[in-house]
Amino acid sequence: MTIGLVFLSVLMAVIVGWLFRQTVNVQPWQAQAPVPDAPGGRAAPRAAARTALWVFLGVATSLFALFASAYAMRLGLADWSPLPRPRLLMLNTALLVGASLAMEWTAHAARRADRAGVRRGLAAGGLLTLGFLAGQLVVWKQLNDAGFLVASSAAASFFYLLTAVHGLHVLGGLVAWVRALAGVWRGSYPDRIRLGLELCATYWHYLLAIWVALYALLVSKDLGLAICTSTPM
Amino acid sequence: MTSYVAHDESNFAPPAEVAEVELHHPKTFIGKYVWSQDAKVIAIQYAVTAIGIGLVALVFSWLMRLQLGFPNRVAFIDPSTYLQLVSMHGMIMVIYLLTALFLGGFGNYLIPLMVGARDMVFPYVNMLSYWLYLLAVLLLVSSFFVPGGPTGAGWTLYPPQAILAGTPGAHWGIILMLVSLGVFVIGFTMGGLNYVVTVLQARTRGMTMMRLPLTVWGIFMATILALLAFPALFVSAIMMTLDQTLGTSFFMPALVSRGQQLGHSGGNPLLFQHLFWFFGHPEVYIVALPAFGIVSDLISTHARKNIFGYRMMVWAILIIGGLSFIVWAHHMYVSGMNPYFGFFFATTTLIIAVPTAIKVYNWVLTLWKGNIRLTVPMLFAIAFIFTFVNGGLSGLFLGNVVVDMPLSDTMFVVAHFHMVMGIAPVLVVFGAIYHWYPKITGRMLDDTMGKIHFWITFIGTYAIFYPMHYLGFMGIPRRYYAIAGTSFIPDSAHLLNAWISIAAFVVGAAQIVFLYNLARSYFRGRPSGDNPWHATTLEWQTAQTPPQHGNFGKELPVVYRWAYDYGVPGLKTDFIPQNVPPAEVAAEAWAGPPRPAGG
Repeated sequence: MTIGLVFLSVLMAVIVGWLFRQTVNVQPWQAQAPVPDAPGGRAAPRAAARTALWVFLGVATSLFALFASAYAMRLGLADWSPLPRPRLLMLNTALLVGASLAMEWTAHAARRADRAGVRRGLAAGGLLTLGFLAGQLVVWKQLNDAGFLVASSAAASFFYLLTAVHGLHVLGGLVAWVRALAGVWRGSYPDRIRLGLELCATYWHYLLAIWVALYALLVSKDLGLAICTSTPM
Repeated sequence: MTSYVAHDESNFAPPAEVAEVELHHPKTFIGKYVWSQDAKVIAIQYAVTAIGIGLVALVFSWLMRLQLGFPNRVAFIDPSTYLQLVSMHGMIMVIYLLTALFLGGFGNYLIPLMVGARDMVFPYVNMLSYWLYLLAVLLLVSSFFVPGGPTGAGWTLYPPQAILAGTPGAHWGIILMLVSLGVFVIGFTMGGLNYVVTVLQARTRGMTMMRLPLTVWGIFMATILALLAFPALFVSAIMMTLDQTLGTSFFMPALVSRGQQLGHSGGNPLLFQHLFWFFGHPEVYIVALPAFGIVSDLISTHARKNIFGYRMMVWAILIIGGLSFIVWAHHMYVSGMNPYFGFFFATTTLIIAVPTAIKVYNWVLTLWKGNIRLTVPMLFAIAFIFTFVNGGLSGLFLGNVVVDMPLSDTMFVVAHFHMVMGIAPVLVVFGAIYHWYPKITGRMLDDTMGKIHFWITFIGTYAIFYPMHYLGFMGIPRRYYAIAGTSFIPDSAHLLNAWISIAAFVVGAAQIVFLYNLARSYFRGRPSGDNPWHATTLEWQTAQTPPQHGNFGKELPVVYRWAYDYGVPGLKTDFIPQNVPPAEVAAEAWAGPPRPAGG
């Protein structure tokens, strides 16, 4: 559970710092007029969707941290027998890196109000992501053909489980991608869907970060036992 | 005078007017009451569903008490059925009733109104949240009717026994249970995102975090806890489902069942316990923190006195929430853990008593020299303090490893957690319903029936659970179908069990008075007016009662003060609502309810 606890400690520190800023030097019992509507000087309100995405990323991180904790605890037991390392994972990782970069580029294009750039970037990001998912399915097929079924060993079970959960999060991202794509194709002005595209970019970076962490867990032979050995397949 | 409210981190205030089109006013009956996106309707849907399934669990507890008090008189309760009743009672009460009612019910109704928002920030997602919750409830109910019946593994669902042949419902029952939990978690996450973001982003002008009523603080922190803790339940539910359906070995060790070697090998049942309690202990506070918040507001309002130590209360909520994540293994003292771990978890467990005690002191100090009005909500709030302290004290026993060892899995544990997280929060639920029913329906609940309901429930629950501590000291185990033929148990224990059962039937029957009161007052109750309790918070300042869709009039209220301006000296009345400007109070020695917010 160490991984989960580390995550929670960091989160807790953030919340304590935030609450400290809310409470220090404040006398809630004193009535006051609210902030006047000063022209300028006030930052534009943060979009609710952006806050919601960050809260959701916190929940998703909690989920992955707990999966990782479970994996770390199960790893210590005697019957661990790792899988060979599928070579394709390298390519898949590269695809996801590409998708993440493309989404970032799309968000930048939207900020420049560059319609053609938005279309190209969004299409590229989505295709690369679909490529990543297809690649993951091929890896599953390869492992399955090589006789590593989901129930054949704990390492195989964790491999399928972790990749499946990550893949589902990628699929969820693709739902947002389809909606953004529909907006772009209907010809919405880039300004209107800019927020959506920026949030997509944030989420894709998150997906990439989680995947890199999972990949490290899968192949971290040097750190001790891991799901995959260094022998490639 | 330009006085900046420095304690609002972002200095953010939403525009005073919200364009009408954003609200999706429903046009049809179905759009208004079934596929509703109005947080208030969703709240009622949540509450009715939760109370409905909770009544089923109440009946289950009657059946259990029937067997325990009067063994083998009822033909259809066999040992398997008994275990299924135990499991379903626990699961329904903890998750499908209390969590859903506090967060989905009170959260949905109160958060937008109390922070001065039109609605939740994502009404559509909010609606989905309810329908997923309903689906989870239906999946749970459907498990009563599948071959083998619902799971009988206890509400903790420990593997390996939860999915081994021989345990009731080890096939369809447990699968439906786990899927239902998964759906519940997804649905809750949708709702929870709404509650958190609404509190953070949709507060009206002047409503800084430090002016929020403690009810909102309690629900807000509990939601954050739930968002972080429910994934642990989700993870364990997924992994156990895979163990059951695909034959993986996450939790299942190599074992021989009924003379047959099973296909599992090498799994770790303790891993499940860690994951489960990593969710399970915060779950206690997911239920308790909203109760803390609500009770603070009830006490302050009905004692006509500002809450003692508002900032301390907020910090205590946060500290309790944080600590609740590092105490989970005190549920596992008997699992053979390293004694140093036990020492660590005992220490953290006992430390939680400090912020909790701060809250109790502050409630009592709020009552001190207050103008206490013993209304029905106030009676329930005071009863909560007693019950929570009682349950908390027996928690100090169980938090110590050496004391817990002999008491583990006895009736003492049952008595402890029923007092602290069963009865105490339910008393708050009742108090909150008596308090806010006038706002929800526009009519008061009947006072006499309320007092009858209160006294029978309050005294009756003590009659049920106090003797159970004693049974626990004698070593009577929990979850046992029958304790007959055991020489160390004296006959008096059987007599006591019979009396506990009778008390349980009486308390259960008293809830019929409550339900009748709810139904009758809806049609015949005394009209309440907008603010029957003379409360300060924004939900009582709406132009209509019950509030219409959009909550407030054309303009959102502007907040000038905290929620606890009761008994302010030098005024003609003893309270100032949050939306009364300081200038108005100074000029006229403020004498009555303000103009309704907006038109």
